[in-house]
Amino acid sequence: MRAKLGPSTIIGMIAILVWCLLPVVWIIMLSFKPEAETAAGSPQFLPKDWSWENYQSVLQDDLFQRALINSFGISLIATVLSVMIATLTAYAVARLEFKGKRVVLSIALAIAMFPVVSLVGPLFDMWRAVGLYDTWLGLIIPYMSFTLPLAIWTLTAFFREIPWEMEQAAQVDGATSWQAFRKVIVPLAAPGVFTAAILTFFFAWNDFVFGISLTSTTNARPVPAALAFFVGPDQFNPPTSTLSAAAVVVTIPIIIIVLIFQRKIVAGLTSGAVKG
Amino acid sequence: MAAIEMKNIVKEYGDGFKAVNDVSIDVKDGEFMILVGPSGCGKSTLLRMIVGLEDITSGDMVIGGDRVNDKAPRDRNLAMVFQNYALYPHLTVYENIAFPLRLSKQFGEQEIDEKVRKASSILELDDHLERKPGNLSGGQRQRVAMGRAIVRDAQAFLFDEPLSNLDAKLRGQMRTEISRLQRRLGITTVYVTHDQTEAMTLGDRVAVLKRGLLQQLATPRELYEHPVNLFVAGFIGSPPMNFLPATVKGDELELPFGTVTLPKEKAERGRDRGLLIAGIRPEHFDDAQVVDKDKLGAGSTFNATVEVVEWLGNESYAYIPFEAPPEVQAQLEQLEKDLDGESLRTQLVVSLEGASTIKEGDEAEIFVESSKIHLFDPETGDNLTVGL
Repeated sequence: MRAKLGPSTIIGMIAILVWCLLPVVWIIMLSFKPEAETAAGSPQFLPKDWSWENYQSVLQDDLFQRALINSFGISLIATVLSVMIATLTAYAVARLEFKGKRVVLSIALAIAMFPVVSLVGPLFDMWRAVGLYDTWLGLIIPYMSFTLPLAIWTLTAFFREIPWEMEQAAQVDGATSWQAFRKVIVPLAAPGVFTAAILTFFFAWNDFVFGISLTSTTNARPVPAALAFFVGPDQFNPPTSTLSAAAVVVTIPIIIIVLIFQRKIVAGLTSGAVKG
Repeated sequence: MAAIEMKNIVKEYGDGFKAVNDVSIDVKDGEFMILVGPSGCGKSTLLRMIVGLEDITSGDMVIGGDRVNDKAPRDRNLAMVFQNYALYPHLTVYENIAFPLRLSKQFGEQEIDEKVRKASSILELDDHLERKPGNLSGGQRQRVAMGRAIVRDAQAFLFDEPLSNLDAKLRGQMRTEISRLQRRLGITTVYVTHDQTEAMTLGDRVAVLKRGLLQQLATPRELYEHPVNLFVAGFIGSPPMNFLPATVKGDELELPFGTVTLPKEKAERGRDRGLLIAGIRPEHFDDAQVVDKDKLGAGSTFNATVEVVEWLGNESYAYIPFEAPPEVQAQLEQLEKDLDGESLRTQLVVSLEGASTIKEGDEAEIFVESSKIHLFDPETGDNLTVGL
């Protein structure tokens, strides 16, 4: 049943939309303004001259390109590894009875609750000692350890929803445990897997604290950290419009990913598997 | 296709509870075997031990001459239909049926297609091959589950209460369908159900289980006519058999309503044993007014006040309450509990011919066919008149 939209509902929705989207629109507007326009006093909302100049300079910037590659590489690898490990762990937690199952889950949760900032100092020291400082791996490891707990908890919930019979049917049909897992369980848990993947990717992509503390050069510096080092020709005047363009550029992948996976997440879990 | 032999199968859980206790059943090649019993009797556990989803504590499971106790489900080559069908929701009907064939890796694409289409035409699923299970009705899902079973050349079919999720009408249709399919394919089948009607209509032989113990293994007719104990007698048949307190004096059987003359050999078995339980099926009673004259001689009549009459057209059921002595009462209550029922008042259910005009509250003359009476030991529940 669809509720009818009253005028007050519509007004409320518009208010929330404006509240949420105004800063985004503001950034987009800034990114289309020429440098001079942003530097002069308080700039107007719409650009006087629309220009792609900022985007051109950002994308041609060598440092920014390197940062983009770092961000993509690190986030993707962290996501793939994290989801793979989380899937296997969650399956074991959901299906098998073993000693210390509760311990695994509690420790995972405890790790997720640790404040990121409190770990940065020790990690900085450790990474320098073992040579992981300013490398991709040096960022992938903390990203994974912070996203794994959430991924494990999400996926465990999904696996628990899948009836045991699905696997047993597959085994009777001639599947090995691994085949049953890969051909029946994982496809059914796909919404959970995608949810976990997106959460992990967001965390890695948006991270600033690790990115700025554990890197020193373009070797591994991700975009959010690199933006902080963005300096225009005049160091007392931050290049606002260029920064805005860069911010817009890094937001685009996230929007694309959400749009692609949204359907997968929404798709029903086990509709039709068993008589409901 | 193969025979399945279960030899002294035991399933004991960690807490010492024996879900299946020393059960031996041999299912012949091509036979339709039913495992039946109330919930918790171990029938599903036994089936899951056949297919390999449950470990066997002790005993031998022999399928087609091979001991399979330690084999994984996939190495046993059995096909199973689950109670909730367990279809793969992310695959189309076609892919669901093709799933076991693709896993076995011994068929080409064309062969798979041939087999799937053959199975789907047997089960009349041709129009639904490209649909997902989520869009199918209960009966169609049931048929897909069966398609997945018949598509491969399994040694045997195993059914775990396949009809319990369907509504009454569809259940009747699918029951006939399963029976027809089994005869047509001639494949060994083990079928678990708690429904005695399914057990009676489908099975070549029926194994009745109670709390992990095999009670009786026989053809449906034999179970009905010669139950070995109170439990089997009460479980098979609808409405169930009447149990009355009774004592044998000479050739006479004293019932709460009067005295009935027993055939000599039956009376002998129950003589001088004190209080017994007499078991009489509702259809072995009738209204003395409408019974053929020559049939009247084969039994006795007694008078009783009918409390309720349910008229069904071709026949009617009359209910006659009676008081049972406490020894028998306790045994009957226990029996009801075993049968998943609730013990209500003790009453006699009498099946009357449609022509009978007995009304509620009438004092009626009831005929009982005394040669069909069973006598049970109230202590052990054993049928004393077995084989007669």
